[in-house]
Amino acid sequence: MGFEVDSGGFYGEYGGAYIPEMLYPNIKELEDNYMNIVSSDSFQSKFRLLLRDYAGRPTPLFRAERLSDHYGTQIFLKREDLNHTGAHKINNTIGQILLAGHLEKKRIIAETGAGQHGVAAATVCALTGMECIVYMGALDVERQAPNVKKMKMLGAKVIPVYSGNKTLKDATNEAIRDWINHPVDTHYIIGSVVGPHPYPDMVTRFQSVISEEIRIQLMEKTNRNYPDYLVACVGGGSNAAGAYYHYLEDDRVRLISAEAAGLGVGSGKTAATSLIGTPGIIHGSRTLLMQDDDGQIEEPYSISAGLDYPGVGPLHAWLAKSGRAILYAITDDEALQAAFLCTRKEGIIPALETAHALAALEKINPGAEDVVVVNLSGRGDKDMEIYIDKLNLSDDDKQD
Amino acid sequence: MTINRIDQLFRERKGEILSVYVTAGYPGLNDTGRLLEALQEYGADMVEIGIPFSDPLADGPVIQQSSQVALRNGMKLDLLFSQLKEIRATVEIPLLLMGYLNPVLQMGMEEFLSRCKDTGIDGVIIPDLPPAEYETRYRELFRSYGIYYSLLITPHTDNERIDRIAALSEGFLYLVAEASTTGARDSVGDHQKEYFQRLREMNLPVPGLIGFGISNRETFLTACSYARGAIIGSAFIRALGENNALTLEERVEKFIRGIRGA
Ligand SMILES: Cc1ncc(COP(=O)(O)O)c(C=O)c1O
Repeated sequence: MGFEVDSGGFYGEYGGAYIPEMLYPNIKELEDNYMNIVSSDSFQSKFRLLLRDYAGRPTPLFRAERLSDHYGTQIFLKREDLNHTGAHKINNTIGQILLAGHLEKKRIIAETGAGQHGVAAATVCALTGMECIVYMGALDVERQAPNVKKMKMLGAKVIPVYSGNKTLKDATNEAIRDWINHPVDTHYIIGSVVGPHPYPDMVTRFQSVISEEIRIQLMEKTNRNYPDYLVACVGGGSNAAGAYYHYLEDDRVRLISAEAAGLGVGSGKTAATSLIGTPGIIHGSRTLLMQDDDGQIEEPYSISAGLDYPGVGPLHAWLAKSGRAILYAITDDEALQAAFLCTRKEGIIPALETAHALAALEKINPGAEDVVVVNLSGRGDKDMEIYIDKLNLSDDDKQD
Repeated sequence: MTINRIDQLFRERKGEILSVYVTAGYPGLNDTGRLLEALQEYGADMVEIGIPFSDPLADGPVIQQSSQVALRNGMKLDLLFSQLKEIRATVEIPLLLMGYLNPVLQMGMEEFLSRCKDTGIDGVIIPDLPPAEYETRYRELFRSYGIYYSLLITPHTDNERIDRIAALSEGFLYLVAEASTTGARDSVGDHQKEYFQRLREMNLPVPGLIGFGISNRETFLTACSYARGAIIGSAFIRALGENNALTLEERVEKFIRGIRGA
């Protein structure tokens, strides 16, 4: 079974470019050029240099001894949290800003939910002197004030979006509308492996540096270049796509995707898209999404803003449908417990998104000799308010 | 087979064809039938009934907002078809349904077309359905139900693609006036005139209607000097939301008179 995108932009039955004609020239320009540009030596040398000297790659693969003892297996953490700006998101924004330069674009737009991608986009715009406009749901602007301030300090203009439910889905709509209205000078840096073809494939390629490094690092540490289990959280699916990429066709590797169950898969307050979603079109892509019987897209819920998306990248829809990836839905509480465990056992405070991947360790039952790699997609600085809030609650519980 | 009402319109009326866009279920859940009757009475030649969608990414603020109101009112595609069941008893002008692909796919394309046919819908526009996919996957199905499908081109569509899209388009070709989301504007710019002129010289196999940004008599007449007519959406939706002292019918009358100059 193939997991590379086909010439029409599909993974199996998912993907494609379901866009209005107004957007066609923009997408066509990208589609015609991205492969040539991205595979050229001049692009690759600039990309590799920035990943190394600016983002701080390669990120370490860390043998987590105490977590391994706890679960009775061999756990390695791929430390994407140690990237500049604190998550894997920068791998993609570096790639896309270089691409935008090759296409002679003058203006960058991006969407953001929690603000992680917005900060990563604003960062590379500051680095290259590009104008940067970030669309962010008005509700998220309120909830994620520190990242809004960071983006502003970096020189980006943050535009609050008041349409729809005022969150990530609506910010993405608004970024697409901006792009429709600026078809010539603007590049849209999308934040995950979502949207119309060629975005899912392009972003996957930029993130694939993660699995490229895992192969080399595992060889050094375990004498073989693949794990038995590879675990990642899936919002849109970019960190997972990057961690899986070089193992997609390698059946020795079990791919474990952790989705956000929110308050529970059946609770109506969830973001477990692959599990409860049905096929449809969102943001120009045919994929699995949360919708009602009238085809209206529903608002997801998760404690983690970065997983709070009603769709999923078409590659992940295909991995789920074909059975290549095994999915677990992780509730808010399970994620919080996993975050606290990782913090106490390893001295690493993970992002709330990442905590969902860590919580999947409770579910998979690996053997003592098995090698488990968890993609530690980001650090928890941005989530301290929630963590502190929950910690205080459990302290109070004890005093009662 | 009977002639499609859209063809009949273009055969009978040579110029200044006025097509009006309404959002189904706006301003009130049950207003759509009344609006269609009033639009016919006061001189609209054709109506595009917009199927509201939660994520209308090709639309500007006015239509976005009307869609949101319509959904909040409880409008659904299934309900719309029930509401329009008897519409052909009173309304004779061509009616189109215009909507995003996702709600149509949830109903199922075949079920959708079958209900279009039962309702007396003449044509369909689905802006986010790629022309190539329409051609390979759905064209035969549209034909078998006798429903026309109209496609869009923009000032940035190259001539070769225009030819391909025009060849697929039935009834008319939707000429998007500007590379933009929907929304009313005050004037038609020089670069747009150049584009319309270019289209005229291409001798396309279907007539064109100009849409996006047509808002008043002046922009309507300019559009009509380059094409067989024009489509008005946002400006009409805005007019429905204003003039609250008037009845719905009076709002329609006032708006159409303004455009027709009568
Ligand atoms: C640390 C971290 N991990 C994961 C995600 C989810 O995105 P994706 O599924 O594209 O990796 C985010 C998104 O904001 C994030 O910040």
